[in-house]
Amino acid sequence: MSFTRRSVLATGAALGVAPLSRARAQANTIKIGVLNDMSGPYRDISGPYGVACTKQAVAEFGMQGFNVEVINADHQNKPDVGAGLARQWYDQGVDLILDVPTSSVGLAVSQVAKEKNKAYINTGSATSDLTGSACQATTVHWMYDTYMLAKSTGSAMVRAGGDSWFFLTADYAFGHALERDTAAFVRAAGGEVKGQVRYPFPSTTDFSSFLVQAQASRAKVIGMANAGADTINTIKQAAEFGITRRGTKLAALLMFLADVHALGLQTAQGLVLTESFYWDLNERTRAVTRRLLPHLNGAYPNMASIANYSATLHFLKAVKAMGVAAAKASGTELVNRMKAMPTDDDAFGAGSIRVDGRKLCPSYLFEVKSPAESKGPYDYYKLLGTTPAGEAFRPLNEGNCSLVRS
Amino acid sequence: MLETIEGLIGVPAPLLFGQLLLGLINGAFYAMLSLGLAVIFGLLNIINFTHGAQFMMGAFVAWMLLAWAGLGYWWAMLLSPLIVGFSGIILEKVFISRLYKLDHLYGLLLTLGLGLIIEGVFRNEFGSSGLPYRIPAELSGAWDLGFMFMPIYRGWVVVAALFFCIATWLIIEKTRLGAYLRAATERAELVQAFGINVPRMITLTYGAGVALAAVAGVLAAPIYSVNPQMGSNLIIVVFAVVVIGGMGSILGSIVTGFGLGIVEGLTKVFWPEASATVIFVIMAIVLLARPAGLFGKA
Repeated sequence: MSFTRRSVLATGAALGVAPLSRARAQANTIKIGVLNDMSGPYRDISGPYGVACTKQAVAEFGMQGFNVEVINADHQNKPDVGAGLARQWYDQGVDLILDVPTSSVGLAVSQVAKEKNKAYINTGSATSDLTGSACQATTVHWMYDTYMLAKSTGSAMVRAGGDSWFFLTADYAFGHALERDTAAFVRAAGGEVKGQVRYPFPSTTDFSSFLVQAQASRAKVIGMANAGADTINTIKQAAEFGITRRGTKLAALLMFLADVHALGLQTAQGLVLTESFYWDLNERTRAVTRRLLPHLNGAYPNMASIANYSATLHFLKAVKAMGVAAAKASGTELVNRMKAMPTDDDAFGAGSIRVDGRKLCPSYLFEVKSPAESKGPYDYYKLLGTTPAGEAFRPLNEGNCSLVRS
Repeated sequence: MLETIEGLIGVPAPLLFGQLLLGLINGAFYAMLSLGLAVIFGLLNIINFTHGAQFMMGAFVAWMLLAWAGLGYWWAMLLSPLIVGFSGIILEKVFISRLYKLDHLYGLLLTLGLGLIIEGVFRNEFGSSGLPYRIPAELSGAWDLGFMFMPIYRGWVVVAALFFCIATWLIIEKTRLGAYLRAATERAELVQAFGINVPRMITLTYGAGVALAAVAGVLAAPIYSVNPQMGSNLIIVVFAVVVIGGMGSILGSIVTGFGLGIVEGLTKVFWPEASATVIFVIMAIVLLARPAGLFGKA
């Protein structure tokens, strides 16, 4: 091969242009970072399924003038790890951080998003402080919170005659918030709190001792202010000690379809719980589930994993509406645009986002079916009641959020 | 008398008896697991950090036998320790046997790493929320003891754990095989000179220690969630039990296992927030007063 002056010049020119075109591609790519628990106790609630749901939303949104890239990391349920990853991602051009279960991590990432003026949608944490005292202009809280869970499950149990409670609480921020919010509803409905036991998290596997204490209090309801494997172990052991058979009710304050699956219907039947999504709710939820199933490795979506689908769609619509350059320039403006647009998707139907960052959707009270009632895979819930979107969450003026002008 | 107890400590006596009993049941698991660790450390001088993962494997194999082969709890009691014990033998042959001449630290790092890998593989395959495993029909139900409701299965756990603990102790202290084992611990070369195959004995001992962890796993499957983390939650406490009892002491690990279960049970009544810490506080005190542990030889 001989080098002519022209070919050398052409090569040089091409080399000079290449970084430019790469930079242009970068400027026209929206990056979504899914930050969640990929290896710990909350993995099955979202984890790889949350990532798959995000990618499905991107695929359905399609090519609308810009590229979308999805990346993913494990925050190990540690606030310092989560905040570090978030800072690194935002600095490297990630436009949205999504998911982030575990309330302590969820709150830490919210702070980073504010510092960097980047968008943040939390679909996995439960603390109602995300849209209350700790609310930020860059944060949207897409799914369940402790207030909504307490109102739906707590009030329903009191209405059904469970007017005296004993709490079994995981001894950290989430457990305390859930216990606080539920106790307020129990008292407001005329019920009584007989006591509580706060057990060490996450090192407790045997709950029998606490269950026997709860039973000795003669409370009618044992409120489980915990989640994941702790909830599963508590329910298993309550059945073993005959607590449920002798009339004491268990209130599963935060429980997902994956937990019911892990327990098996024989043990879980009759439990009352709250989710904002169930695959067999209506034609739209069944349709979106059918589209997702090939990507979920045999599992079914629940409100946490599918919230990533719903949130991603809405986020991409907002990016398209304001243009990629403007969306990248300011997370606050991007979130404001999201708040100004109505939400609508197959998972949660029509909804909206409030000024404090609270996404509004109905909450559903379910009862777990008995093995005889269940007709197929993941046919686990029957609907007991619906709280409409406007009433499901804490009223805007009660949250102490600084974004709300009184 | 009951009123006197209640007056003295402010907790109703029935509740207290119930907690003592529950503590004893948890102690059964501590005793079973620390026993396996003590046997392995006594002979191999290896601190087996894979023990938690092997406990978890015991429970998972029980689940697999039921779900994939239709074999129930009693078959699992027999087969799961054999299968997991055999996997332990392979592990010893391939990896651990290369480390006997090196510092303790290498064995610790190797077994810790292996444990993390095994846990990761199971998590990838089965997820983290666990699998259901039911109490066998013959052992379901409960006795009403008056002061509490006692599930039959928990009673069975204590009986089975006591059986395995006493059997292990008898084998090591009272039989010819046990005498060889103890001799090999002291002077391996001398025992070998008498024509005993010491490396094979070491391999089989590791297998037996691992099998004990698997038995505990099968016993735990119906009461705890069968999930990949189930062992790592327990193993740290069990190590504290072994240290308190005295590294390598068989009797020490059995007695402290049951004893600390009871102490923990009582803490759950009086100060529940501290129930995960109390064992480590005791460990610190014991180490200060008797560095070799309660039953260890200095």
